[in-house]
Amino acid sequence: MTRRPPQIDENPDGVDLPLEPLPGHSSRGRLERVLRRGEFAVTAELNPPDSANAQDVYERAAIFDGWVDGINAVDASGANCHMSSMGICALLTRMGYATIMQIACRDRNRIAIQGDVLGAAAMGVGNIMCLTGDGVQAGDQPGAKPVFDLDCMSLLETVRTMRDEEKFLSGRRLTTPPAVFLGAAINPFAPPFDFRPHRLAKKIAAGAQFVQSQYCYDVPMLKEYMKRVRDMGLDEKCFILVGVGPLASAKTARWIRSNVPGVHIPDAVITRLEGAEKQKEEGKRLCIDIINEVKEIEGVSGIHVMAYRQEEFVAEIVHESGVLKSRKPWKREPGLDDALVAERLDHILHDDPSEKPVEMVRDASATSSE
Amino acid sequence: MVYTRFSSLFLALHPFWSAVGYARAEKPVKFVERQVKGLMFDCRMCGQCILSSTGMSCPMNCPKQLRNGPCGGVRANGNCEVEPDMPCVWVKAWEGAQAMRNRQAILDVQKPVDQSLRESSAWLRVTAQAARERENLRSSTA
Ligand code: SF4
Repeated sequence: MTRRPPQIDENPDGVDLPLEPLPGHSSRGRLERVLRRGEFAVTAELNPPDSANAQDVYERAAIFDGWVDGINAVDASGANCHMSSMGICALLTRMGYATIMQIACRDRNRIAIQGDVLGAAAMGVGNIMCLTGDGVQAGDQPGAKPVFDLDCMSLLETVRTMRDEEKFLSGRRLTTPPAVFLGAAINPFAPPFDFRPHRLAKKIAAGAQFVQSQYCYDVPMLKEYMKRVRDMGLDEKCFILVGVGPLASAKTARWIRSNVPGVHIPDAVITRLEGAEKQKEEGKRLCIDIINEVKEIEGVSGIHVMAYRQEEFVAEIVHESGVLKSRKPWKREPGLDDALVAERLDHILHDDPSEKPVEMVRDASATSSE
Repeated sequence: MVYTRFSSLFLALHPFWSAVGYARAEKPVKFVERQVKGLMFDCRMCGQCILSSTGMSCPMNCPKQLRNGPCGGVRANGNCEVEPDMPCVWVKAWEGAQAMRNRQAILDVQKPVDQSLRESSAWLRVTAQAARERENLRSSTA
């Protein structure tokens, strides 16, 4: 089989296969490698489709190609029903994408969750993000039964126990433990502010190896938080990725502020958007400005871009902020053999060539004698 | 703290509890426990009380029943994400913990709730356990 040369952090035997295990690594995924090498990481959130069409997922992932190190598959975020994170990960891991599977405690109990962790790891999910989840009141089905059997902390501990001690919460043994890099969420922008850095410490104690923050629109507040995090030495025990995202307009900003739990948007941000002629453009600019400030904060290991319904801007935002320096994250590319087939197919379908052997020989000799 | 003194009193009563039988004591004690904690802390009888590590604010009153700290949805005014008119249980817990002698306890990672212990007396279980530990200690030093 003809093959293209493998990219960095890619299994030469197939893009969908796990990477060589490295000493000190928990997972066999790409994101952990990027972070542990000390490179500034970029992750992004995939907008989960309201459909049963795999192509919808692939199209939404393709716009991140070559720009991000991991794709978050959200688990009914905001308590709104969409394709499940498990389903999205099943589709993406087949194609070689590095996925970050979110698990929210809202919808499943400990029995279901532990089963999903095994299934996910078996499919090649390298990163699992443990969340409490928004309350059901926030979503499109407020009549649903909130489960919250575990909370994010006990969920972290459960998955860590499964991975490191090779057993279920009940103590029953696992024959192959899930090799996953464990993530959690932080929100430095919600009260009680004094508690927040301690809560991060608690998450690290429970097993968190990386965290992604809620949207950051208030850099001074983040700086304050990070200072305390550094004083406690937490940035050395855990990779911190700061959540960012473009706001489409002042109106959206207002709506998010009052309807999405836990998002803090200062008045200054809204005033800036309102004053702009092209609000969407300004929203993007603001996001880039925030990234530029955030990347300089000591202890920040990367950014997590949540560009809900503006995913097409992610590449531009990442490019313009220059956070990747000259690094190129993994990009889905066809193998040389696939590329040959594709080219030939293209020729057959579009150039309308003659397929009669006699004519083919004549055409070939004509082009070769030219 | 009254509560800690109270638990040692309970432990001192261990001979009494074992004479009566912990199983038989369960019903009346549970009744009292429910009344006392219900009145003071809006207790939900989860059967594995952690009030002493949550600044005496019952985490089972958090709509998400979080036992390890506030979710990310706490409103700017300190109220709950799910019930906008209720102060977040964990904001209260954090304040309460600052005033407690054992204020570090709120930082411990709590295990998931064992639903099979619901509606049972945490007082008796903790006391029985403490008594068992004490006896083990005695027999190992003897
Ligand atoms: S805001 Fe506080 S009380 Fe409400 S769900 Fe979150 S942690 Fe629980």
